[in-house]
Amino acid sequence: MSGIDLSVRKGEIFGIIGHSGAGKSTLLRCVNLLERPTEGKVSVGGVELTGLPSSGLQKQRRRIGMIFQHFNLLSMATVRDNIAFPLKLAKKPRKAVSARVDELIELVGLNGHADKYPAQLSGGQKQRVGIARALANNPDVLLCDEATSALDPQTTNSILSLLLDINRKLGITILLITHEMHVIRTICDRVAVIDRGEIVEMGDVADVFLRPAHPVTRDFVLQVADSSDSRALAGHSGGRVFRVNYVGSLTYEPILYNAVRATNVRFAILQGTVSRMKTTPYGQLVVELIGSDSEIEAIAAQLRIEGLDVEELR
Amino acid sequence: MNKWLETFENFENLNGDELWEATKDTLVMMAWSMVFTVILGLVLGVVLFLTSRRQLLAQPVVYGALSLIVNILRSVPFVILMISIMPFTKLIIGTTLGVEGSIPPLVVAAVPFFARLVETALREVDRGVIEAAQAMGASKSAIVTRVLLLEARPGLLAAVTITAVTLVSYTAMSGVIGGGGLGDLALRHGYQRFQPDVMLVTVLLLILVVQLLQTAGDRMVRRYSRK
Repeated sequence: MSGIDLSVRKGEIFGIIGHSGAGKSTLLRCVNLLERPTEGKVSVGGVELTGLPSSGLQKQRRRIGMIFQHFNLLSMATVRDNIAFPLKLAKKPRKAVSARVDELIELVGLNGHADKYPAQLSGGQKQRVGIARALANNPDVLLCDEATSALDPQTTNSILSLLLDINRKLGITILLITHEMHVIRTICDRVAVIDRGEIVEMGDVADVFLRPAHPVTRDFVLQVADSSDSRALAGHSGGRVFRVNYVGSLTYEPILYNAVRATNVRFAILQGTVSRMKTTPYGQLVVELIGSDSEIEAIAAQLRIEGLDVEELR
Repeated sequence: MNKWLETFENFENLNGDELWEATKDTLVMMAWSMVFTVILGLVLGVVLFLTSRRQLLAQPVVYGALSLIVNILRSVPFVILMISIMPFTKLIIGTTLGVEGSIPPLVVAAVPFFARLVETALREVDRGVIEAAQAMGASKSAIVTRVLLLEARPGLLAAVTITAVTLVSYTAMSGVIGGGGLGDLALRHGYQRFQPDVMLVTVLLLILVVQLLQTAGDRMVRRYSRK
């Protein structure tokens, strides 16, 4: 990895996406110094971790929760004892530990499972134990290392909504890494795309994914698109084809209709997605416009004025 | 059937008291040597594990040296080991004979064996769990006592069982230098006085001890397995 300059804002959900081997896991593990960078600094909440002795680092790590792809629970301990583990490490009194564990079990929705062992739980339940354990000492930051990659789509969604809930209720900053675009789109505020140890693109999720500049980003966008642009083009009948992107409240406005209405141009939607990125609605259409060139240019100009992103494909 | 009984001299040489005493001696030797072996071997095994490559205290030189000593002790046949450490035994116990005199050689032979089994059992612990503990701010000593030893418990119990069974045969061998116990009885009566009945019964008793140890050990492992 080189030239990584990343800062995550307090209270946001920041996603790092990259293919396997891109360095995202290493990057995440540098945040709590499970992996020590050869050069550079790591600060969390204003404390520079790279400069701390090991006892100081141990103390700071209690402010940074972490969950893992393979959960990494103590197989020989019950759900209760797993969640109590970080509290006991922090030498909390016994009564406080037990009360806090009950609270956490409630928070992550594991009522009735307290005395089970991890082997008796499903993947989603194991990750809930992992989350409860990570939250035990009221951390400021939660690191998620491919937290949903070992789960089925339905369980993934339930874990993602739990994370979103935690972020909103407790105000915990979440830094996650994933190779799934779906995860980024569902809960992240900002995203960084990493490739071969370098951050190639970074910004608000909607910005980065509606106007992907880097080929790797485009790959990830295609992951969630129903079909590719080229397939959409195969069906067109000779007009000019544009890709139109729009975000936010514009999504619900009849902008395309308004622009076309005054002209003799007809249009066909070859491909389209109208969806949300976390809470931001967005649309992405591939439209064929059939009519005179001057009128088509006028429509494109009008759409741009309205704030849409218009790009001619052909 | 008669012929068979004749071979064993109608079991006329058997002496209940003597057999009981020998069995008791064997069990006492076993118990004491197990206590010392488990304590010392656990420490040595943990140190071996921690100093090995890519572990918490990775110290290639220390690991290499300890590993060499363990290998040397494990490759010396027990009978020879027993004889060669007699001065040491005499120094710490005062005698090289009887139950007490057999304990030091048994421990010296069993510790490296048990330590290797401990090292292997610790290696089976999921690295991710250790990492999770580190991420939670656990110190190295907390990782050993609260994570490694807990997670490796079934493996450690299996190691104790295997070591105990091995010690049974070692205690029998210690009869060669007058160690006492069932092995000693088998040697003196069964072999030197040609009393095959004594030989047979002592061997059967040894089998029984091993069988009981193994069953108890397996049960403990099962009781503590969570997978």
